[in-house]
Amino acid sequence: MYLKQLTVFLENREGRLDSVTDILAKNDINIVCLTLADTSEYGVIRMIVSDPDKAKSVLKAEGCLARLTDVLAVEMEQKAGSLNKITKIFSDENINIEYMYTLNSAKEAGSMILKCSDIEKGFEAVKKAGFKLVDPNVAYAL
Amino acid sequence: MIWNEARECMSRDEMANMQGARLKKVVANVYHNVEFYRKKMQEIGLEPGDINGIEDITKLPFTTKSDLRDNYPFGLLAVPRSQIVRVHASSGTTGKATVVAYTRRDIEAWQECVARDLVMCGITKEDMIQVAYGYGLFTGGLGLHYGAENLGCMTVPMSTGNTKRLVTMMEDFGATAIACTPSYLLHIAEVIEEMGVKDKLKLKTAICGAEPWTEKMRLQIEEKLGINAHDIYGLSEVCGPGVACDCQFHKGLHVQEDHFFAEIVDKETLNPLPDGEVGELVFTTLTKEGLPLLRYRTKDLTSIDHSTCECGRTTPRISKFKGRSDDMLIIRGVNVFPSQVETALLEIDGVSPHYMMIVDRVNNLDTLEVQVEVDENVFSDEIREMENLTKKISAALQSALLIAVKVKLVEPRTLERFEGKSKHVIDKRVLVD
Repeated sequence: MYLKQLTVFLENREGRLDSVTDILAKNDINIVCLTLADTSEYGVIRMIVSDPDKAKSVLKAEGCLARLTDVLAVEMEQKAGSLNKITKIFSDENINIEYMYTLNSAKEAGSMILKCSDIEKGFEAVKKAGFKLVDPNVAYAL
Repeated sequence: MIWNEARECMSRDEMANMQGARLKKVVANVYHNVEFYRKKMQEIGLEPGDINGIEDITKLPFTTKSDLRDNYPFGLLAVPRSQIVRVHASSGTTGKATVVAYTRRDIEAWQECVARDLVMCGITKEDMIQVAYGYGLFTGGLGLHYGAENLGCMTVPMSTGNTKRLVTMMEDFGATAIACTPSYLLHIAEVIEEMGVKDKLKLKTAICGAEPWTEKMRLQIEEKLGINAHDIYGLSEVCGPGVACDCQFHKGLHVQEDHFFAEIVDKETLNPLPDGEVGELVFTTLTKEGLPLLRYRTKDLTSIDHSTCECGRTTPRISKFKGRSDDMLIIRGVNVFPSQVETALLEIDGVSPHYMMIVDRVNNLDTLEVQVEVDENVFSDEIREMENLTKKISAALQSALLIAVKVKLVEPRTLERFEGKSKHVIDKRVLVD
């Protein structure tokens, strides 16, 4: 029901991002989508990958700081007001959205990945509002 | 000019006699009034009667900073607390401060030493001096302040913090002297330049201390500001600034040895070393009442010269410091030990004790960056959490070290690991001539 997001800590300097993508490539792990939050000194890279558990363990073995975080992936129509419908649910339920980014898909409808302050509550709220959540296995295989 | 010619130009024999008599008194005093010293002397079978002259000083036990810490705060006092009129404190190695206490006579002796040093720098009662050391527990501000008042200078207690105001007052008041750390003076020089007031200033003398600096930096200051710059040395355990200072010939710092007996010992064997050889500087206080110390190991490395100086003073001169025998750093005049950083980090839940201190000098001011490895316990996918962590670490370090600290989070296992004694400091400040 929840999507496992892979999060990696990176110092903000040359070659660090390359070393992470290199490890994933060598282990045949596909990056479905990613978003990078950066500060002047370090960055936090958040990814949906084809095999999150394996990705975490291979990164760890190479000395990277990686963790898995549960996030929601809500299906969304490709039209005006779709995102607003989702954010409204969270707002009405007093759930804070920590960050969000899009899950790419070849299909017409996109999906929004959300990290919120209370994932269980968020999950229930989204379902109650009639939104569909992306099946994790489908997402990893994108 | 010499402030106290009778003392500062005393013949070596006379001085040795006086020091011997004073030492006998000090030893008898600590034996009878300080349990710590009585025990130490009894352990090695030494009695006050065994000390007959200054040459017997080598029989006495050493005192270290950790002895002060173990007896925190007032365990080494040789007088009842009612006789103490002032307390100062400096950083200790593991969080606990090193506390020192003074009787009225101790304060007077300190003022006397500072006045001698100021005169040694060419300062007279006609001068106006801005004291730009921190006022407070740190000995720098109040030490220079009362010494300057004792000499009769018009004394301006600037303290630190507002450099523009300092320069404005320097110009408006017509200040002729300044006391501050050498790095702060270089910063002040830049502000003077920015404000374009150099030609309007009457400044002619600077008396700088509380951090190690080189002859090159001294000359740089002299040239930049068109003044004379002098080096003053002291440590709170012994009294504070004023223990030693350099005269106009700049050939070492004259030790006020009728008050503080200086020895240089081998840092490993602790055996006394002859003039000219570099070792650890050790002080015995000869007149202090509140906190007399026998053979206090300063950890500062230097050499000593007992020959008479061109200025006429017979007091021995210690050379500029060659470093320290421990890992203490002096950052913006504040003593900092890597162990303090470690202790502070370990007190924060989940933070790894892997750290590296990067000390640098940016625009003539010391900076400290502490790099801390992030590990799984504290790593979050949310930037907000990471920023809170940085703030938390930086606040903890700031309160432990009493100086501003920039914290940088780094990836795990990126800081070098050392077998045996680890290296936790990269000091980029250039202190070599």
